[in-house]
Amino acid sequence: MSEQTVIEARNLDLTFQTNDGSVQALRDVNLTISKGEFVSFIGPSGCGKTTFLRVVAALENPTGGSIVVNGMSPEEARKQRAYGYVFQAAGLYPWRTIAGNIQLPLEIMGFSRAERKARAEQVLDLVDLKGFGGKYPWQLSGGMQQRASIARALSFDADILLMDEPFGALDEIVRDHLNEQLLALWARTNKTIGFVTHSIPEAVYLSTKIVVMSPRPGRITDIIESPLPRERPLEIRETQEFLNIAHRVREGLRAGHEPDV
Amino acid sequence: MSLVALALAIWAAGWAMNVRLATGAHAETAAVRLAVPLIFGVTVVLVWECVVRGLQVPLVILPTPSMIAARFATSLPILWADFVQTFVKGALSGYAIGCGAALLAAVAVDRSDFLRRGLLPVGNFIAALPIVGTAPILVMWFGFDWHSKAAVVVVMVFFPMLINAVAGLRETTAMQRDLMRTYAAGYWQGFFKLRLPAAMPFIFNGLKISTTLALIGAIVAEFFGSPTVGMGFRISTSVGQLALDMVWAEILVAALAGSLFYGAVALIERGVTFWHPSQRK
Amino acid sequence: MRRAAVPVLVVLGVLVAFWYAVAVPMNIKGVLTEAQRAGVVVVPESGADRRAASAWRLVTMNLSVVPDTWAQARPRLPAPHQVAIELWETTAQKKVTSKRSLVYHGWVTLSATLLGFAMGTGLGILLAIGIVHNRVMDMSVMPWAIVSQTIPIIALAPMIIVVLYSIGIQGVFPKAVISAYLSFFPVVVGMVKGLRSPDAMQLDLLRTYNASQAQGFWKLRLPASMPYLFASLKVGIAASLVGAIVGELPTGAVSGLGARLLAGSYYGQTVQIWSALFAAAILAACLVGILGVLERIVLRRMGGRT
Repeated sequence: MSEQTVIEARNLDLTFQTNDGSVQALRDVNLTISKGEFVSFIGPSGCGKTTFLRVVAALENPTGGSIVVNGMSPEEARKQRAYGYVFQAAGLYPWRTIAGNIQLPLEIMGFSRAERKARAEQVLDLVDLKGFGGKYPWQLSGGMQQRASIARALSFDADILLMDEPFGALDEIVRDHLNEQLLALWARTNKTIGFVTHSIPEAVYLSTKIVVMSPRPGRITDIIESPLPRERPLEIRETQEFLNIAHRVREGLRAGHEPDV
Repeated sequence: MSLVALALAIWAAGWAMNVRLATGAHAETAAVRLAVPLIFGVTVVLVWECVVRGLQVPLVILPTPSMIAARFATSLPILWADFVQTFVKGALSGYAIGCGAALLAAVAVDRSDFLRRGLLPVGNFIAALPIVGTAPILVMWFGFDWHSKAAVVVVMVFFPMLINAVAGLRETTAMQRDLMRTYAAGYWQGFFKLRLPAAMPFIFNGLKISTTLALIGAIVAEFFGSPTVGMGFRISTSVGQLALDMVWAEILVAALAGSLFYGAVALIERGVTFWHPSQRK
Repeated sequence: MRRAAVPVLVVLGVLVAFWYAVAVPMNIKGVLTEAQRAGVVVVPESGADRRAASAWRLVTMNLSVVPDTWAQARPRLPAPHQVAIELWETTAQKKVTSKRSLVYHGWVTLSATLLGFAMGTGLGILLAIGIVHNRVMDMSVMPWAIVSQTIPIIALAPMIIVVLYSIGIQGVFPKAVISAYLSFFPVVVGMVKGLRSPDAMQLDLLRTYNASQAQGFWKLRLPASMPYLFASLKVGIAASLVGAIVGELPTGAVSGLGARLLAGSYYGQTVQIWSALFAAAILAACLVGILGVLERIVLRRMGGRT
């Protein structure tokens, strides 16, 4: 492939030891993600989609197989601050202003004061929160908080953005709006995005590649390269092409389901 | 007897006024919220005055508020000297040393999971014990002057402060810690940027509990021996001389010192933990 | 449980070891003086030199007397086993009625504590119910109850003893009064918080049933307040015990743990002070422990999650 590979997983296994025995969270996961791709991970609870993202982020250690991020181990990539991570909850510090929260990673990484300020302004603009930098998180709505947490992940300009159900706690209307914004942001910054979701329309709407996963053990059942154009208005969700992809995702989910569930 | 009747009348009037205020249209305003307890307090003091005068209760049982006020006004130099001895020298220095030591200990304990699991139950246990009982021992070790009082205060505030601070430093979610990991933050970065600010509400809780403990420790320690100055000393000797107006004046000083001390810490808390749900307006 | 036991035992072990270690320099000067009197050669020989020297230096120069620092009759800091032996001798090996039995002194203090605690909690709960159901009381009294938490009301203790004595009341009751008012305020504040803990939705639900205020109290507010009540009862009983002990100080009482502390400090009987202190600690721990068990039983009966 001519494109640059950013994340490459080969035969990845991860088994958790719990009190009730071992749980295989990931089994034999093979996946290649290239630069600039928007990859969604979809599947029911316990399918390992979040775990995979955490392995990429070196928050979990695989028990087998190999994974390479930016040509190095995830641990090394983490130490080089190669990615920004967005959690399901915004997790902003209530004792810092929005701008202060966005500057937090920059402070830890040792950016100068002027640089921090400039970058905070810039990313606030990117997520449409210009003018809210001086507010405290608890003075903003849930959707705005989540946008601020995305801005925080963008602030140090890592190439990879890992998002773990970032919009899962928000209502449908806010979610649509944020999806649209996320696509615009992705188009402008050309980052590689890994995105975990429960929602089929969200996955299809956002992604260039959809990874369908299933539980017990967590594994990949289908990888769908989306034929949709990069430019996507919300209305694209009513086209036949969109519905076809959504159908294939649904089929993939069903195939992976065990009968007893 | 007429004074007792007057007391009843004052009580009825004060209560009626509060009923009107509390059930009236402006019951939720800040002014009324302040006025109602104040009226209640003034009523109690007036009733106290009238009843004691009316029934001619002897001084050795209960002095009138006016006598206490008069004694307070004429004994200001003595009360001030006692205040400095007990509060400033004994309680405050012990408070600073005890809370500071507990905070440092909490930081040390926090680094080790083993230590935390071992020390927390022990600390919780000790915090529930009657630690003022160490006063005679510490008086024996450190002498009669304020050093022994400060030592009692250190021992009294140390464990409540320690358990609060240790609990506070744990008060971060897995998500917040993971976020710090994704930034590849070092231990001290995570400590100063995340865990210490998150612990502040707990630390201030400990600091507030400790204000009262500090005063109790400093006063009770003086019951076991003190120089001829100090609030505890004055209370115990005045009780012996049946000078109850002086005792009450000293208790007034203790009450003022205690609530102002607490109020000051609470005010600082407001400034530091303005973001906490309990402090937001 | 086992996971917790090992670290706790290690910490306790370290504390005891630390205690023994500290006892050496604390007691060394006294031990050297006694040893010299008994004809043993100690370094340095002059008492003035010894007073000037640091305790640790004396220890390193006189290693042979180190065991004696744990066996003095009136040490500055008795060793743990001395306290343990004293505790054992004054509890198990003395008749309970003896004036030297710690069980006797403990009972004197405990009876005042329990009587006062019962009075304090009873009144506290009643006042809390009044505050929750009466707006005027709430607005008038509650701020004072909260302020009272910040002031050292224990300073009133000596006066109460003397005043009650002067009107002819003595014995267990004056101490119980101190215990009562020390446990009173924490219970009021905690109980008010607990009775108010049901949220608006739960209260609205009862309103849809057209429940009376009394039904609301028995079926919702009272059960909901139990965790808060027990939390403040634990604070209250500890405060009651402190109140009873402090109540024994000013009159020169001859019985009770506080009296033991005071007598010990008059006569320099450190072992006696420490054993009284530990007896008080054990008593406090037992009382809080009993409340903890009661709490668990009550909350389990109510379907709690503990």
